[in-house]
Amino acid sequence: MNLDFSPEDVAFRDEVRAFIAENYPAGLREKQEEGEEMAKEDFLSWHRVLAKKGWVAPAWPEKYGGPGWTSVQRYIWSEETARADCVPILPFGINMVGPVIYTFATPEQKERFLPPTLSGDIWWAQGYSEPGAGSDLASLKTKAERFTGDDGKEYYLVNGQKTWTTLAQHGDWIFCLVRTDPTAKIQEGISFLLIDMKSPGVTVRPIITLGGEHEVNEVWLENVKVPVENRIYDENKGWTCAKFLLAHERSGIAGVARSKRGIERIRQIAQTELGDDGQPLLSDPDFKRKVADLEIDLTALEYTELRTLAGEAAGKGPGPESSVLKIKGTEIQQRITELVLEAAGHYGAPYFRGFPKDGDNAHPIGPDFAHRAAPTYFNVRKTSIYGGSNEIQRNIIAKMVLGL
Amino acid sequence: MDFNFTEEQSMVRDTVASFLQDKYDFETRRKIVASESGWRADYWKAFAEELGILGASFSEELGGLGGGAIDNMIIMEEFGKALVIEPYLGTVVIGGGFMKHSGYAGAASVIEGIVAGATTIAFAYAEPQGRYTWQDLKTTAKKDGSGYVLNGHKAVVVGAPFASHLVVTARTGGAQRDTGGVSVFLVDKSLPGIVTRDYPTVDGGRASEVYFENVSIPADALIGEEGGGLPLVNKVLDEATAAVGAEAVGVLRKLHEGTLDYAKQRKQFGTAISNFQVLQHRMVDMFIELEQAVSMTYMATIKLSESDAERAKAVSAAKVRIGRACKFVGQNAIQIHGGMGMTDELAIGHYFKRASIIEGLFGSVDHHLKRYESLSFGPASGKAA
Repeated sequence: MNLDFSPEDVAFRDEVRAFIAENYPAGLREKQEEGEEMAKEDFLSWHRVLAKKGWVAPAWPEKYGGPGWTSVQRYIWSEETARADCVPILPFGINMVGPVIYTFATPEQKERFLPPTLSGDIWWAQGYSEPGAGSDLASLKTKAERFTGDDGKEYYLVNGQKTWTTLAQHGDWIFCLVRTDPTAKIQEGISFLLIDMKSPGVTVRPIITLGGEHEVNEVWLENVKVPVENRIYDENKGWTCAKFLLAHERSGIAGVARSKRGIERIRQIAQTELGDDGQPLLSDPDFKRKVADLEIDLTALEYTELRTLAGEAAGKGPGPESSVLKIKGTEIQQRITELVLEAAGHYGAPYFRGFPKDGDNAHPIGPDFAHRAAPTYFNVRKTSIYGGSNEIQRNIIAKMVLGL
Repeated sequence: MDFNFTEEQSMVRDTVASFLQDKYDFETRRKIVASESGWRADYWKAFAEELGILGASFSEELGGLGGGAIDNMIIMEEFGKALVIEPYLGTVVIGGGFMKHSGYAGAASVIEGIVAGATTIAFAYAEPQGRYTWQDLKTTAKKDGSGYVLNGHKAVVVGAPFASHLVVTARTGGAQRDTGGVSVFLVDKSLPGIVTRDYPTVDGGRASEVYFENVSIPADALIGEEGGGLPLVNKVLDEATAAVGAEAVGVLRKLHEGTLDYAKQRKQFGTAISNFQVLQHRMVDMFIELEQAVSMTYMATIKLSESDAERAKAVSAAKVRIGRACKFVGQNAIQIHGGMGMTDELAIGHYFKRASIIEGLFGSVDHHLKRYESLSFGPASGKAA
């Protein structure tokens, strides 16, 4: 057992830290720190900087454009980017569809889709969830019927509705699970399709969430014509891609580095906010106890993640243990937002759409951190729902780990 | 033992419930929240004239219908069920409470205005630095001739945009956190020097930051004893806390009921999700939290007329349970609704938001737990005596 970083790893960490310090746009850091809604360009600007450097897809194999980092280096990377409040790289292209493409696609498809995914020229949306199929993914109904076009080429005619499609309002392409054989068993007869969102028949409608954000959407697919060559892997074998993608989605879902940064922020807040006794909140025994408890739980999660990482490095793929990371990781993220709201006291109540901008005459209401405390608390309730609800994760552990 | 309501009280409940059912459905409420004024002045008039509920909790000598805290409880619970925005809490429970308990000379005429729907009140008690310590005041009222001059900044004054009057706490003496030297004033909001910055709140209400800049108020603005206002503030805030507990009960009932309905109709894995034992147990736990909150609200409301220490202990005990119920029932209602619970479109999220704000209103769980501890075990001390 040795958990120290090697001299090479320390050098790598310094290199990363210096790169971020020099290249991360300062305005983004502020927005990210305040939990402000990000514009499309905010996400893309950092993505492009990293793409140019060759660091945008830490987990990809080198032959497809990954940096060839070890799992420890990837861990350092996520620590450092969280420490610096970097805008997260959107997972839909890099962590989800990218690995599906380089694992299952034809050489032509790889050539066509991987470079623009890396460069940020394709903004991907994820078309998994449907109104009747959330955590019960396999019950999806969107159907794709094969036909021959007037041009003699093979197409699918796609009809259905996807939902909870994150940031699809900016989307160029959407990867969808569709039913290509309605007569087959529920998990068979599903195919994995890439659909150009500019195709006629694709409509994106906003869903406004509790915090007032437009983050998710409904995507309607009405008689959308999709060339068969946009299908990844075999027809009716899409469930293989789906499962593969879900395993990738869950790795990194613990969000340890971001939660560390979150707790550090609570400590900063609680040094200036005053408690009932007029002393800093951080000296209030109850508040301090909650922060301490949270730190301890986060440490347990961190070491659990490190063990998982070490297992992966030794060739064991992320197994059902990743459900532990999802459950504990999201619970901790939620508790962080609870504590921030608690710290805000009365100033958790005011609601402002957007932020006071430079040049606004009106002086802001309450401490800066409080503006987004409640909306963020509301928004982060989603983490125990999405990506397979935490109840589903517990079912997975019960079945796959405990054999129940 | 009798937990039943009188015939009059049952009638008040039925009247309010049927009005809200007809006129305060979720879509209407959504429009009220989005409107420029943020409330329905015509509904307020209807509460006064058509329903007569604004006088329900005042004694007949003061021009009311002869009720008290239990009537407030009943009305607030119904308001919770419909997520009513209009300022009953600030005007009747708090403003009216000060009138009832202070021996204020002008009380009868103020109450007359409240009952008629003409006077609306918001309570400006919190300050940016004070958190839940009500005597932590930087706002000052300095003697000036026969009256006073007010200066200071009050934080998140809920309902202030709708208010004709403010009840304001200010220092007439003592240091910032002294228990003595606190005075309470009834101030006409239109006086020169009162500057407000109005904004919406996350739960659909409206509030203001209120700044007093050399505001001259007459001597008869003083409510209660000069410098001796803190016990009065504590009493009224305890009544307000009990009332908001009743509102929470209404909110929690809707969260629970809505979740049961949803779980019964939402299908996954070929069956209604209400068939999953893990969710059944969760909904049972929500039910237990709700029932405990109901019991504690009754208990606290009944004990409002006891001694200061008994009352305070009862209210803090209730607020601890209610705060926890708000969090547990609220969070699980969203969780069981899944993605749908995250949307602005469904009512459930709006109940969750109100529950979340009530959780911290008039003191967090920690605040009330500490207050209970100190009332129950004596003040905290570093060393054994």
